[in-house]
Amino acid sequence: MNTEAILSFEEAMEKYDPVLGFEVHVELNTKTKMFSSAPNVFGDEPNTNVNEVDLGMPGVLPVVNKTAVESSIKIGLALNCKIAESCRFARKNYFYPDTPKNFQTSQYDEPIAYDGYLDIELSDGTVFRVEIERAHMEEDAGKLTHMGGATGRIHGADFSLVDYNRAGVPLVEIVTKPIEGAGSRAPELAKAYVAAVREIVKNLGVSDAKMERGNVRCDANVSLRPHGRERFGIRSETKNVNSLRAVEHAVRYEIQRHAAVLDAGNPVVQETRHWHEDTRTTTSGRPKSDADDYRYFPEPDLVPVVASREWVEELRATLPEPPAARRKRLQADWGYSDLEFRDVVNAGVMDEIEETIAAGASASVARKWWMGEIVGRAKNADVDPGQLGVQPATIVELARMVEEGKINNKMATEVLDGVLAGEGTPADIVEKRGLAVVSDDGPLLEAIDAALAAQPGVADKIRGGKVQAVGAIVGGVMKATRGQADAARVRELILEKLGVTA
Amino acid sequence: MAAINRDDVAHLARLAHIEMSDQELDRMAGELAVIVDSVKSVSQAAGDDVPATSHPIPLSNVFREDVVGHTFTAEQALSGAPDSDDNRFKVPAILDEA
Repeated sequence: MNTEAILSFEEAMEKYDPVLGFEVHVELNTKTKMFSSAPNVFGDEPNTNVNEVDLGMPGVLPVVNKTAVESSIKIGLALNCKIAESCRFARKNYFYPDTPKNFQTSQYDEPIAYDGYLDIELSDGTVFRVEIERAHMEEDAGKLTHMGGATGRIHGADFSLVDYNRAGVPLVEIVTKPIEGAGSRAPELAKAYVAAVREIVKNLGVSDAKMERGNVRCDANVSLRPHGRERFGIRSETKNVNSLRAVEHAVRYEIQRHAAVLDAGNPVVQETRHWHEDTRTTTSGRPKSDADDYRYFPEPDLVPVVASREWVEELRATLPEPPAARRKRLQADWGYSDLEFRDVVNAGVMDEIEETIAAGASASVARKWWMGEIVGRAKNADVDPGQLGVQPATIVELARMVEEGKINNKMATEVLDGVLAGEGTPADIVEKRGLAVVSDDGPLLEAIDAALAAQPGVADKIRGGKVQAVGAIVGGVMKATRGQADAARVRELILEKLGVTA
Repeated sequence: MAAINRDDVAHLARLAHIEMSDQELDRMAGELAVIVDSVKSVSQAAGDDVPATSHPIPLSNVFREDVVGHTFTAEQALSGAPDSDDNRFKVPAILDEA
């Protein structure tokens, strides 16, 4: 139930200026945990990927995972951060059953990476720079399942069950500086920022980056201030907004809610909010209180991490091309317009098109097949285009057969359906289904005569020089041959017959 | 004398989930102040030429290769748990969500 008042987004924007801030947690895909050699694997039986360190048993000592440190440095570099010459871990003390040690090993005053930025491209091409305050190393907590109660949520729960498989999984928390000046594009920017971070860590290969599995999790801070005022308003922090769409919706909702609170002359309560995907609203979590007094102190069981400049440069040399730079390069290579390329990116088939071109298709053929045929079929099947299993070689072969005049475009789409239905290779399907362009001009000429006779007015127009009218006759012929004719050849023959040069 | 008053002790006790009586709070406020003062004497020994450190051993970069080691079975993991269910630790419902 949510009865809180909200203003319309437009009215909220007229009156107030939003300031955003994000904490994005990225789970690293190392083989083992941050401080123990237990496996870092998702989805195993509860409490089987744990050892004495993860369970916080007395007397155990943590040892830092070198790969996790390297991954963290790579993330820092990809976010244009400075990498600390020396940094240390700290204990963040709190009592909650998700951490059996009663503290989370994190970093506090000395994060491994700091002072970075990320240029975020919005849907219309506007670039917005988000400043990164820091990226620090820490460990994930165990997973609690609240049992009993009416809703399965924590309120009304009778007890909780804890699985520590996730406890100790390496995390990098990326914290932005306050983001000002986004205005009405704040919700879009929020989504685009989280998408960019997700893309970067995926591209680096340091995280599986699956939001639905919690590999990338976002806490979104929102505050409003009247236009023209410099001082920030009081913020709320919406926790665990775990899909890109939800990030956009949550920021939008909080802007509308804050605006209504401020409009009524009330102060915004500084608190944690919980996002509800079903109602697309947030509800109050808990106010900031004593519980946030974490009494950080330097972790005595771990020694500092010193990142020599040589090591940092070695790691920098291994970084893949940044996603934004890659997009620019691919668009230029392929010669797509801004709009065409944006459609390709939004449809999620950039990688597929790249592979198809690498397999030998032209850029325009690759785009035609993916955007014109496969994306639509994927939408109908409610899967990602890449999941349909279309091989680049299939498209190359289809395009080749069309080019050689063996089949026409209409037949080629039929062959594609056959491939998707598992009927074999394109060549198999052409043979099995008896698909072949009628290449003997005899039957074609008959069909052309009939089509011209049926539309004498059109024939006159073509004779008079209106070559584009030929489409109507071609259509008639294609219909008469049930699509089996080679449309390009038909066109040629018609023009030839009418004595017109194209 | 370090300024640790009764409210400070009550605050710490609450954070540490320790229940303390009024009497204990009063006594601890006095004792903690003495303890902190005693520890403070360390700063007399360290001059400006001694840099602050969080670790007594001059070591850095003690790392472990990312290689899977031993794990417990769920049964072993839960062997010391006061209560469990469905191979998981069973804990009272906690209302203050972290």
